[in-house]
Amino acid sequence: MLDFGVVVSNFRFLVVQGLFGLGGFAGGTLRLAIPAIVLGFVLGIFVGLARLARSRWISLPATLYVEFFRGVPLVMVIFWIWFIIPQLLRLPIPEYGVALTAFVIFEAAYFGEIVRAGIQSVPRGQVEAATSVGLTGAQTMRYVVLPQAIRNMVPALVTQMIVLFKDTSLASIIGYVDLTKAAQIVNNREIKPFELYLFIAVVYFAFTYSMSRFARRFERRVTAA
Amino acid sequence: MNYQFKWSVLWSGQSGGWLLQGVITTIEISALAWVLAVALGILSGALRTVPWKPVRALATFYVEFFRNVPLLVWMFFWYFGVPPLLPRAVQDWIFNHGAEFWAGMFALGVYHGARMSEVIRSGIQAIPRTQFEASVAMGLTTFQAYRLVIVPIALRLIVPPATSESLNLLKNSSVALTISVAELTFQTRQIETYTAKAIEAYTAGTVIYLVLCVAIAAIMARVERRFAIPGLIARGG
Repeated sequence: MLDFGVVVSNFRFLVVQGLFGLGGFAGGTLRLAIPAIVLGFVLGIFVGLARLARSRWISLPATLYVEFFRGVPLVMVIFWIWFIIPQLLRLPIPEYGVALTAFVIFEAAYFGEIVRAGIQSVPRGQVEAATSVGLTGAQTMRYVVLPQAIRNMVPALVTQMIVLFKDTSLASIIGYVDLTKAAQIVNNREIKPFELYLFIAVVYFAFTYSMSRFARRFERRVTAA
Repeated sequence: MNYQFKWSVLWSGQSGGWLLQGVITTIEISALAWVLAVALGILSGALRTVPWKPVRALATFYVEFFRNVPLLVWMFFWYFGVPPLLPRAVQDWIFNHGAEFWAGMFALGVYHGARMSEVIRSGIQAIPRTQFEASVAMGLTTFQAYRLVIVPIALRLIVPPATSESLNLLKNSSVALTISVAELTFQTRQIETYTAKAIEAYTAGTVIYLVLCVAIAAIMARVERRFAIPGLIARGG
């Protein structure tokens, strides 16, 4: 009854097209997840720093940004971007652009919180010492605070990266051909939902689980040091 | 930008009823899934700390596999993948009784149960080992020690992370729109389709989600104060 041959015969489409994004469709889970993680983290650093800024004019908008996006489902944000950006720019945007924008904006709120917690975990004395040896504010941040903060952040960061990696499956809702959408396309032809969805579940698992193993190893090494 | 705002689309015609329906469905599916998630979370979270290896391995497999795969994939799996394998009569019964709602609820509950389990396990591991040893020394069986001592303390320790996990569950219920559960996001999409007023429809949906989240967070803050174990958790501010 179960027929996993369907996975083998469509392996190329599922993995090469769906996972890596090489093929007829502009898609691919990794092609979306990797830039989204990098850009989301970069924007998140700014959001986190802004939340800690001394001026209320900077910290308040950053706080609102974080609280807003943490209170709204990602699906909603994707739909917002999907409808609003074409309205604003008066030109259609490919699904890739919509999905990437939505993920970066949404995840930056979560990355921002991690960055803020990481920076706050650096003892105050470190900043005072850096200031007293004559470093400027920016230098203190760059050479003293951030290197230590990033070390403390790694476990939480990897967890968030795993979440983001899984969330990229939601891009299939607006028609982006990622792994999930590829499975849907194949399933429409083959009608083997159990085998196909179980297979992509295992593929997602292979990526996310190895990421979390890495995080745990790193955590142990840092605490041992 | 040349956009004609018309906020009245939100309460004229059927929209108001749709939004209300959506909110009710979102709360229903989230509440049921939450009960399932908490039950599975407590069970598997506790089983991951017991001193029997095969049981631990089984619980670990459940947690790692279910929380490391996207919720959307689980929705498709439980809605499209599993029912065809069931006997004909069961299939007919399910599809006559709102299959998408139950599949969505199940997917949401099982997925978040695995995530909740991690929260509960961390709570259990925060309890000093001596509590367990003292319980056993008093003559309690392992099961009694868990039921009467370990789990009650752990539940009181984990209110803040459990709250944020519960809010995640509420927000993730929006993924159920992919299997056409008529929850809040689905209904805002429907209003958008019928009225072509995207900004108004999405604003309404977004505001409702924010209100729900803030309300739950406020309630849980009270719960947290009520159940905090005196002397164990020093809270600043």
